[in-house]
Amino acid sequence: MEWEPVVGLEVHAELRTRSKMFCGCAVVDSTVAEPNTSTCPVCLGMPGSLPVINERAVDLALLVALALGCRVEPVSVFARKNYFYPDLPKGYQISQYELPLAVEGSLRIEAGGETRPIRVRRVHLEEDTGKLSHEEKPARSLVDLNRAGVPLLEIVSEPDMHSVEEVKAYATALRRLLCYLDVNSGDMEKGVIRFEANISLRPKGTSELGTRVEVKNLNSFRALTRSMEYELDRQAAVLEKGGSIRQETLGWDENAGRTYSQRSKEEAHDYRYFPEPDLPPLEASAERIARIRAALPELPEAVRERLVSKLGLNRYDAEVILAEKETVDYFDEVIRTSGAPARAAATWLGGDLFGLLKMRSIPLMGEGGKPALPAREFGLLVKMIADGKINGPTGKMLLAEMLDTGKSADALVAERGLQQIGDADTLRAAVRAVIAENPGQVDQYRNGKTTVIQWLLGQVMKTTGGRANPQTVRRLLEEELSDPAKG
Amino acid sequence: MDPLELTLCESAEALRAGTLSSAALVEAYRNRAEQLNPKIHAYLNIAGEDVIRAARDADESWSAFRRGGDAPGPLTGIPVAVKDVLCVKGYPCTCGSRILENFKPPYTATAVERLQSAGALILGKTNTDEFAMGSSTENSAFGMTHNPWDAERVPGGSSGGSAASIAARMAPIALGTDTGGSIRQPAAYCGVVGLKPSYGRVSRYGLIAFGSSLDCVGVLARTVEDAAFLMEIMAGYDPMDSTSMPEKTPAYRKTLSGEPDLRGIRIGIPKEYFSAGIQPDVDRLVREAIGVLGSLGAETKEISLPNTEFALPVYYIVAPAEASANLARYDGVRFGLRREGQTLRELYDGTRGAGFGPEVKRRIMLGTYALSAGYYDAYYGQAQKVRTLIKADFENAFRSVDIIASPVTPSTAFRAGEKVDNPLAMYMEDLLTLPASLAGVPGISLPCGRDSQGLPVGLQLSGPFLGEETLLRVSWSFQKVTRWHKEAPSP
Repeated sequence: MEWEPVVGLEVHAELRTRSKMFCGCAVVDSTVAEPNTSTCPVCLGMPGSLPVINERAVDLALLVALALGCRVEPVSVFARKNYFYPDLPKGYQISQYELPLAVEGSLRIEAGGETRPIRVRRVHLEEDTGKLSHEEKPARSLVDLNRAGVPLLEIVSEPDMHSVEEVKAYATALRRLLCYLDVNSGDMEKGVIRFEANISLRPKGTSELGTRVEVKNLNSFRALTRSMEYELDRQAAVLEKGGSIRQETLGWDENAGRTYSQRSKEEAHDYRYFPEPDLPPLEASAERIARIRAALPELPEAVRERLVSKLGLNRYDAEVILAEKETVDYFDEVIRTSGAPARAAATWLGGDLFGLLKMRSIPLMGEGGKPALPAREFGLLVKMIADGKINGPTGKMLLAEMLDTGKSADALVAERGLQQIGDADTLRAAVRAVIAENPGQVDQYRNGKTTVIQWLLGQVMKTTGGRANPQTVRRLLEEELSDPAKG
Repeated sequence: MDPLELTLCESAEALRAGTLSSAALVEAYRNRAEQLNPKIHAYLNIAGEDVIRAARDADESWSAFRRGGDAPGPLTGIPVAVKDVLCVKGYPCTCGSRILENFKPPYTATAVERLQSAGALILGKTNTDEFAMGSSTENSAFGMTHNPWDAERVPGGSSGGSAASIAARMAPIALGTDTGGSIRQPAAYCGVVGLKPSYGRVSRYGLIAFGSSLDCVGVLARTVEDAAFLMEIMAGYDPMDSTSMPEKTPAYRKTLSGEPDLRGIRIGIPKEYFSAGIQPDVDRLVREAIGVLGSLGAETKEISLPNTEFALPVYYIVAPAEASANLARYDGVRFGLRREGQTLRELYDGTRGAGFGPEVKRRIMLGTYALSAGYYDAYYGQAQKVRTLIKADFENAFRSVDIIASPVTPSTAFRAGEKVDNPLAMYMEDLLTLPASLAGVPGISLPCGRDSQGLPVGLQLSGPFLGEETLLRVSWSFQKVTRWHKEAPSP
């Protein structure tokens, strides 16, 4: 039988605020900070301490909700989710349950050559837990509560995805949206975005839902797609044999490449949610929503439209730039500060610059948002190429040198005398010399093997120190070779 | 002058005038506390010698003021007893529980901090039922408090230590907390004034939570004026407590002067509070007290609070439900008692099993059950709905009356051990104080006589939400023309 996957995704994204969700402690990078240094009585769950809502986190959450086209609830309610675990200091997590911040949004994804919306069921605010690390010798578990209380946004989709490709597209698009909104760094390695997938199968063509499993703690796109591929195969095999799927919570073993059972339905936690009595209901006034809506930045769809329709970029280059918000910002900066033509800038950015950065394993944007190559310098290089002042191969060489030395294109060109030779008279002399010195190749050309012109062009480039304008040289070669009088 | 005979307001006046030294005042109370504590056990912890040094510093401040310097805070040099559920930096805070026996909070509760900022000195931490769960102080893991009027009897609870400390002159004033009657009931049993303010009037930050939507910090005092004095300083919005009220705190004491005159005040007498089960002496004395209010010009009339009978079941769902979550943090991981185990589960079970007493365990189980999947709607959900009705009862009543008057408890202080094995009988103790707690309105217990055995009887007055001003004015008027609050048990 042919099976159709049915998948819904819960995405947990940390919100980029200065302080934690319910106290004044700084949000620190818990992968590097000294453990338990950014803590206070509130986030340690000390007796007598009380939470206070971080309004900035609410603003960021509203921004995401509005960008997803959600309906923001005028009143939402925080609730306690009760369970015992050492990374949860109060013995409950403050989350939202019955009345979330926002509901009924959607996110457009592109998969399988088509664009379609994935419905978002709800968006709600909660606090992150701490982190446990387990040691073998001595056998012990250590708790770091720097992350406890960091604002977390949970975005829950409807079970609208039907392939691994769609799930990946949704996760990627959502991550990109969060980055565009500047509410999350998008740095998956730091665990700032985490996934849980609800996965089931049904016979293709039917509409009822099969028994689903929940796969928890997926911290990378790779884990998300691999675990899903594994689960789909596993479930199909069970169903093919006439078996049934057990409703359960699964973990993902990255090393073994398989899911494993954590809890069956019977063992499922009863979280005993109830409204958090320490916090008043959260009111989102019309004024507040209007203010947030006005602050919405240009989102990926709008950027694509601008790049393709207004700036004339081809679809491929546009997507490469769109993928990361910082690339869009860099690209805009390049155009603005250098006057380089957009299409050339896009091609050189997405192709050569990215290629060189990848080879060197350095990011476009370094610490503190400092680019690997200043946008204006890069733009000026592109402009020199576009204006015919240097040729493409020289441009490639210069780009690498600029990256490595930090010198400007201008300085490097002047230093080495690399200006392109575009003057036809100068080049004609060089072309004639090459023709004179290579009668064998000239004969081949005249006998119909026209591809040899590429070799001759190379010779001209060599004699001009690579500075000749290749287009002009080609034109001149064709002229000279086709002139029988010269034979 | 015997400093122990002065009210708080009188002491403050004398310190200001220089006719009394803080050192003498604090020393007198500290000696008294040390001397009587073996018998009464009002305190879990009495301040050391350093409080005397702090008192001398206070005396310096006052004499500097009299030489023309700046006025120090109004409570400078005044000793205050604090119920051991409020965090005070430097003091252990046990909540009367083994699980917090060695817990020293790294911060001070807002209510206490405000008193300290006004110059108050902490005289000690008073005994309480474990996590404030109880009506007799017998649930303290460190031994019960005895009623100063009759050591065989309970002082009430859970603020029994604070109430006893006032009655026995072991403190001039004490902080208590009231979740379902835990200030008013012990105040009645000990013959002192007990004020539970409106929910949110005083910050809960640093109060170790029992039932978060009900917990109130309040005062046990000798007189209404004393309670008003402390409230003025302690009440008010606190950014650290999102449920605290933004409204400005009135200058309560300003209205407590002149002639006691209650003309224009309408007093409602809820018929449901005078049903069978009220001890005849209590019924009689409370009706006489209401008569006194009438003689001062108040208009009295019978009213109905029809949902009163549901207050007990509602409370014993809501408070334990909240408690079950509030007490989850005592897991042995970060602070308090820890019983090691081979597994995480053993750590939890061992720690909580050894650390909590039977009443706390009972309420955690009650609350956990009420919140469980499949039972939530029938218990917690339903209780919240009925709580809304109880609140509406009060709102309706306060449309036609200014104050509601009733007994605080159906009877006077019972004998120690009498109800420990009967939780339901113990819960019935709170019958008449629970409704105001659920409604979030302020209530006060005033001494209004003694029963045939010589035990104090309390008059309960309740006012509308944030209506402390009128409540205190009526209470003060009552005390102006009665003498019950001046009586003290013989040591």
